[in-house]
Amino acid sequence: MRDLSKRYGEHEAVRGIDITVERGEVFGLLGPNGAGKTTTVEILEGYRKRTSGEVSVLGYDPARRQIELRKRIGIVLQSSGIYSHVTPREALQHWASFYPAPRDVDEVLRLSGLNEKADARSRTLSGGQLRRLDFALALVGDPELIFLDEPTTGFDPAARRDAWETVRNLREGGKTILLTTHYLDEAQALADRVAIVKNGRVLAIGPPSELGAHPPGAAQYTIAYRDSNGARIERQTEDPTRLLNELTSEALEKDESLEELSVGRPTLEDVYLELTADE
Amino acid sequence: MSDAVALTWKQYRLERKMFWRNPSAAFFNFVLPLLFLVGGGAILHGNQSDLNKLVPAIAGMSVMSTTFTALAYNIVFLRERGVLKRIRGTPLPTGSYFGGVAMNAVTNTALQIAIVVLAGRIFFGIGWPAHWGELIVFVVVGVVCFAALGVAFAHTIPNFESTAAYVNAVFLPVVFVSFYAFDTANAPALLRNVADALPLKPLIEGLYGAMVTGSSLSSNLGALAVIGLWGLFGLYFAVRGFSWEQRRG
Repeated sequence: MRDLSKRYGEHEAVRGIDITVERGEVFGLLGPNGAGKTTTVEILEGYRKRTSGEVSVLGYDPARRQIELRKRIGIVLQSSGIYSHVTPREALQHWASFYPAPRDVDEVLRLSGLNEKADARSRTLSGGQLRRLDFALALVGDPELIFLDEPTTGFDPAARRDAWETVRNLREGGKTILLTTHYLDEAQALADRVAIVKNGRVLAIGPPSELGAHPPGAAQYTIAYRDSNGARIERQTEDPTRLLNELTSEALEKDESLEELSVGRPTLEDVYLELTADE
Repeated sequence: MSDAVALTWKQYRLERKMFWRNPSAAFFNFVLPLLFLVGGGAILHGNQSDLNKLVPAIAGMSVMSTTFTALAYNIVFLRERGVLKRIRGTPLPTGSYFGGVAMNAVTNTALQIAIVVLAGRIFFGIGWPAHWGELIVFVVVGVVCFAALGVAFAHTIPNFESTAAYVNAVFLPVVFVSFYAFDTANAPALLRNVADALPLKPLIEGLYGAMVTGSSLSSNLGALAVIGLWGLFGLYFAVRGFSWEQRRG
């Protein structure tokens, strides 16, 4: 997408986002609630029309809503329902019939952990089971590009690990995944690259590890130690080498030691909090 | 194209399956009109000219309840629950989806009309419909009209909790006014005019002609035109305002 924008009346939800997601990549859109993540993804999915900018999804313009494109993508929405009076097996069989080369329904049921509930009415499913069904319905068509909008919000830790495992398996299977999340650890654990989004703009983009190593903006290294009086000192710097050199030479001159000396590298979390903090 | 046809059929089969699994839907569709027939029949105890009017009136109401009421309910429910949005994201063609949903409504209407016709024949001494062709024309036009109005009306309903209030606020007065004006020759002029302008009374008159008096289709063209106009009005707003997802905010 290039210079993608979306305006709701006076409110500009997305203001000029430029992102290219490579095939086979897991790309994370990370940002606080209301950052414009869902709006961006729903433009790519074909639910909303952009106000301006260019978008290409697998070579298609999603706004034209061609069926050919939808045969190749799978969508897990932030929240969506399913018919109360059908079973997961029936729903998956029905959904599979929409696609040219669907996956085996039994296999999808097994992989998504819905075996035991395969023949129960879906209104008897728990929240976690319904979310598994969301995944299963999005994957049964064997899509090459998968959109996951906040896939684990509200999950307990075990369910979350299962969902992460699913995403990793999909990645190994060569699928491209665009996921939004407001969980840092999720972006860090899953995404090859992350874009930090706030107020409809991309603030930083790159692999999670590098976002920490080369902090964009003002995110800083922290050098901490105890001085000769035992007081704990923390100093922020963008140039830890120089500061460390100054501190250690000073200490050596005075023949003092810097107790509990540590250098803290900014983590993705620091970068994120720094970037998304309100001015 | 054959894909779209096959998918329409699949959607229809799924809709039928869900219909039979939902006891309240099945009840409202089949038991309620029978109760009305039995109740009405008991009150009128054997007055044949009144029974002759009761049966087509119930048939007309059945058309409205199986299409207008049922579709308004279903669409609001599926929209608010996010099912429509999910379907929108799949390769299922829009036409196949609505084709399946519409065929499901048509099936319910056909079953109900059959029940009412049979009951009229067996219990109310009405005989078989005088004009089968005319009956089919009016049922088909009535179905299209009320189905479109039901879909269009769903747009005005803000959430699922208020669906019953919204639907009944339309359904009950329309049924009452139409039944009253149809049955009472000397009904107040205002009431008669209102009933004539709404689609239900013309439908009942057409069904009355087809099922009982045997008046020809050409003598009911005016009624057909009113239903048709409402149908066009409904179709326009059904398509134009259709919303696949919950309103934001």
